[in-house]
Amino acid sequence: MTSTSANDPLALIAELTHRCPLHCVYCSNPLALTQRTTELSTADWSRVFQEAAALGVLQADFTGGEPLTRPDILDLIRAARAAGLYVNLITSGMPLDESRLEALTQAGLDHFQLSFQGAREETAQEISGTKAHAQKLRVLEWLKHHRLAVTLNFVIHRRNLDQLPEMLALAESSSATRVEFAHVQYYGWAFANRDSLLPTREQLMQSVDFFKKSQERLTGKIRIEYVVPDYYAKYPKPCMGGWGRKLMLITPNGDALPCHAARVIPHLSFENVKDHSLQEIWESSEAFQKFRGESWMQDPCKTCDRRTQDFGGCRCQAFLLAADAAATDPVCSLAPQRPKVDAILATVAQASACAPTNISTESKPAWLYRPNPA
Amino acid sequence: MSIDLNAHPRLSPGCRMNEKTQQPRTLLMPERALRLHGPSLEIVERCDGKRSVQQIIAELQELYSKAEPTKVEQDILGYLALLQKERALDFEP
Repeated sequence: MTSTSANDPLALIAELTHRCPLHCVYCSNPLALTQRTTELSTADWSRVFQEAAALGVLQADFTGGEPLTRPDILDLIRAARAAGLYVNLITSGMPLDESRLEALTQAGLDHFQLSFQGAREETAQEISGTKAHAQKLRVLEWLKHHRLAVTLNFVIHRRNLDQLPEMLALAESSSATRVEFAHVQYYGWAFANRDSLLPTREQLMQSVDFFKKSQERLTGKIRIEYVVPDYYAKYPKPCMGGWGRKLMLITPNGDALPCHAARVIPHLSFENVKDHSLQEIWESSEAFQKFRGESWMQDPCKTCDRRTQDFGGCRCQAFLLAADAAATDPVCSLAPQRPKVDAILATVAQASACAPTNISTESKPAWLYRPNPA
Repeated sequence: MSIDLNAHPRLSPGCRMNEKTQQPRTLLMPERALRLHGPSLEIVERCDGKRSVQQIIAELQELYSKAEPTKVEQDILGYLALLQKERALDFEP
């Protein structure tokens, strides 16, 4: 059945700002960052939270950039809670001290997600282009005194995959009830730095084995979530749970996007929350309708039994790798463009065969660091 | 993992019900949400850190007095185990 009618969205991803004290080489923000002067006001965001809750949204994910660089962060948390939303904060923990953490808790924050770039200062510094690791360890100590859900977010890749046991030990010594091990996904700055980040197949398999064994050991104590790099997958991920099916992302200036990377797709325009209600945008804007349902699909997706599970994979990846946003995600083993992905993986395997991977001695790549917006 | 009948289950930090005025009643958790109705809602509303697992079972056996008591007990233990796996419960002594 071909349907383009909208379900209720479940979560609102609020990119409050693109300003950030870190400069991570895999940042999911677009290469063209939003300027501070065009950021939405407190009142705009408050209205967006009300409209989101009315649409059926349950959770707000405060992210960025670094959401704590917003001086009105406490008002934003209160506004989202007043609208009836569950509030997640995804943060580097940098612009934070113990009293501000107390204030965040008092304002109604539900869930604190602290990002880590590695388990060691030197790796963290290489990846984020700044000294941040010691501050994160301080934040972990403060968190023990607050009644908040805590998740540690580790973004993993070739340069820090040897630190998984140390990362998990850090989580076990903290008050975290969840740990996310997310292999880098290749969009934005990560796409630009891909060749220095992609692990080998063997490294990936070892990491998956580690996650499974650790989850067995820690069930009831810590929930482990892991995301594999889909370049190695047989079938694509159901990106964002399907285009325009579950999630809505609002950029710092108020543009409503179906996903983080959607701006890479050419000729796709996005409505702004200052001009239209969330309901109008969700139900009928061109951007959300474009790849909703199945009518846009080509072969092999069009007749594939898996189309209701993975929705054809990721539209942005299809464009980035196959130059056609309506193509089957090229990571799919059934995709006509799969050889392009295999060629990329072959380069990684070859490089590692020539220089057996010893991460600590491997020479430092020429990273492209994410800057701060004007 | 087995559930200790004498433990006092309590929703973990960051796990809470939505407001009573919001329908459907939903258990909100980090990156997850569970819609609750009937017995599942009755169970979660009693995970307050004050009632023991044994007490919750007794209360629900009374509430669902037409059901087989051992079946009620099994269902409750199964549901608590599911919430434990979701990491939504702390079991206090």
